[in-house]
Amino acid sequence: MIPELGHFALILALCMAIIQAIFPLVGSLNRTPDWVALARPVAWGQFVFLSLSFGILTHAFLVNDFSVLYVAQHGNTELPTIYKISAVWGAHEGSLLLWVLILSGWTVAVASLTRNLPDEVVARVLSVMGMISIGFLSFLLFTSNPFERLFPVPVQGGDLNPLLQDFGLAVHPPMLYMGYVGMSVAFSFAIAALIGGRLDSAWARWSRPWTLVAWVFLTIGITLGSWWAYYELGWGGWWFWDPVENASFMPWLAGTALIHSLAVTEKRGAFKRWTVLLALLAFSLSLLGTFLVRSGVLTSVHSFAADPARGLFILMFLLLVIGGSLFLYALRAPGISRGGGFANLSRESLLLGNNLLLLVITALVLLGTLAPLLYDAFQWGKISVGFPWFTSMFVMFTPPLIVLMGAAPLTRWKQQDPAALLRSLRLALGISVVAGLVMALPVREGSLSAGLAVALSVWLLTTLLTSLKQRLKNRPGIGGLLADIASRGGRSYYGMWVAHTGIAVFVIGVTFVTQYDIEKDVRMSPGQEIQLNDYRFRFDGAVPHKGPNYSAQIGTIRVFRDGREITVLHPEKRTYLVQSRPMTEAGIDAGFARDIYVSLGEPLDNGDWAVRLYYKPFVRWIWLGGILIAIGGLLAASDPRYRMRVLASLRGSRTATGTASAEVHA
Amino acid sequence: MPRFVRYLAPLVAFVALAGLLYKGLSLDPKLVPSPLIDKPAPAFSLPLLQHPDTQISDSNFRGEVTLFNVWATWCVACRQEHPLLMQLAKQGVRIYGLNYKDERAAAKRWLQMFGDPYLANAFDAEGRTGIDWGVYGTPETFVVDKKGVIRHKIIGPLTSDSIQHELLPLLKQLQEEDG
Repeated sequence: MIPELGHFALILALCMAIIQAIFPLVGSLNRTPDWVALARPVAWGQFVFLSLSFGILTHAFLVNDFSVLYVAQHGNTELPTIYKISAVWGAHEGSLLLWVLILSGWTVAVASLTRNLPDEVVARVLSVMGMISIGFLSFLLFTSNPFERLFPVPVQGGDLNPLLQDFGLAVHPPMLYMGYVGMSVAFSFAIAALIGGRLDSAWARWSRPWTLVAWVFLTIGITLGSWWAYYELGWGGWWFWDPVENASFMPWLAGTALIHSLAVTEKRGAFKRWTVLLALLAFSLSLLGTFLVRSGVLTSVHSFAADPARGLFILMFLLLVIGGSLFLYALRAPGISRGGGFANLSRESLLLGNNLLLLVITALVLLGTLAPLLYDAFQWGKISVGFPWFTSMFVMFTPPLIVLMGAAPLTRWKQQDPAALLRSLRLALGISVVAGLVMALPVREGSLSAGLAVALSVWLLTTLLTSLKQRLKNRPGIGGLLADIASRGGRSYYGMWVAHTGIAVFVIGVTFVTQYDIEKDVRMSPGQEIQLNDYRFRFDGAVPHKGPNYSAQIGTIRVFRDGREITVLHPEKRTYLVQSRPMTEAGIDAGFARDIYVSLGEPLDNGDWAVRLYYKPFVRWIWLGGILIAIGGLLAASDPRYRMRVLASLRGSRTATGTASAEVHA
Repeated sequence: MPRFVRYLAPLVAFVALAGLLYKGLSLDPKLVPSPLIDKPAPAFSLPLLQHPDTQISDSNFRGEVTLFNVWATWCVACRQEHPLLMQLAKQGVRIYGLNYKDERAAAKRWLQMFGDPYLANAFDAEGRTGIDWGVYGTPETFVVDKKGVIRHKIIGPLTSDSIQHELLPLLKQLQEEDG
């Protein structure tokens, strides 16, 4: 009975979404305030029913209700409680439910935090979000109902995919969905602005904090996914250019271009068409990612059960949403004013350059992801666009991106005198070239790529410091810095500062771990020792172990440096009982400047094991960079000027309401 | 009107992409049977992965029911699939491998690390044989019967589910046929 309530709640949510999509929009066009006023309560109604539905599915997992097909497929009585909860979004149906719940969460967030905006703008934004919700809710109800019943009821469930029984992967999808779905807010603001024909810097200012927060979630989601792949898949990689990874990376790239372009539109009123297009693109790429993951068009480690009927449904939905929005863009774009002009050398032009580079990279990732499909469709024969292809594309386009990134904060809006720019960049340029050359020297086992990476990172850091120094010219000392952070627009600047530092840290991590990592595949007998770099590894055998829903062999490897034991690692080889799927759990000694990473291969005879040993310098910096980028984004989103406007206009709207009611009474 | 047309460019690009995706759906490798099904296995002669001087050819498949598994060290899904191949080999299933567009040293190291479920591996550095066999992507697994005819093809990694419900019943049925 309870699961049917969950199903019913979904249907009611769909009804709410339909009302939310139609009435506020129509009301905003024919000026019917009652219809406009419907937007917020209906958004809340939808959220309540979706939460109820989600709660009921979670409950079914917690009480092992195997009469629900989805629970029977992915639940299990032996599953630890945390994974019973994460199993809710462990497969297609439930993850889609999480997706619409999060969409609804963003909708009510927009509904409650936009009291300062004109009502008809909010009504249109919520309408567009309602339309998106209709698409996903129908997809859920008509092709992927999570509450479908199963009879006869099995005594035990099919268990959650062992790859997903891990904390990192329990929280990875919600973060990523927060990012994907969050891009729908920028999208809806753009559509609302196109409908209303009002594309101005106010529109950019309203969109900015929402876009930043969504982008931060996307950053966290991608970073978590990379970290998970590193410790869970057992071969020490942190990114694989897998179609599903690319599906999350493309909206991130477009989102990065968007937050920079929004800055230009807000500050200078320029780039309006471009910014709108990017807002449409960022969310379109999120939708495309969904299509790629769920349609089975491309094979991937992450793929959900492929179903062509579902694929066709999403494709139709893509056509409606993306096609419709691009059509609206084509109709309205000619009427959008050009905005502030700028010289060939100005912050605008550098940001435009960066935007184009980011889009070129996005296009290349898209091309690489779809290459197998393209070649198949046009019968061009077969090629493998694999890891090396992506890497070389990246090595080609990232350096100019970083060069521009360093120079842009030191460049003036509108027009910059080249000689003055060169003067302020001189020192940073000198330091980074020297640092790069030193790193590339063969005496220090340097390499050209390491030299380039160090030069670029140092360039980023020194230009950031130069810009900070210029900024704090009139505010000396720590007190001046704190005052500057607290100032209007301060957090925007320092957010940029932290995020760009994150990029520098990330570049170092990626390059060093690619250039200097050492790996060794060896056969080890119990008691045997192996030297790797400065470290000595001793294998003390493996013993059987029984977990709640798996059996395992746990190895013991002691690591010595200069004769002193520095750590004991316990890599595991697990076999999950229900799905009889073997899994590796790497043993990792994490460090600021290096990781030591061991994983167990196959058991050989006489208690010997195939063992894989890694020394991974600076690998943590990859994720440290990701964390810094996310913190920077949050800092920028929390800038008081977004809130001050809220407060100011709250006061304003209260007065307006007061006047209105006074009129009524009069 | 020309101004309007200019701004249609993104829409046109998207429609082209959608067309490709639609084609992709109908090309879904899991649905469309390979044209090679029920045809004799394409002939090939390649060096062995472990012994470059020795050749292996399709004649090795004759007389027994055989799996021909296409794999590469650069393929992530192959790593996922590998332990299942190990289990199949332990159950006595005959598996030959086609090491596809790979490096010899890396492939040898892989087998040392993760175990070797293959009776032998053909080393197809240029991917010529892969093209003849209509390989769509790695991993792929062909089922070849006693007469050397391709009877089935599984695209993407094997799963315990597909092995239990698809592969093993088929192998059993093919074993009972005359050679």
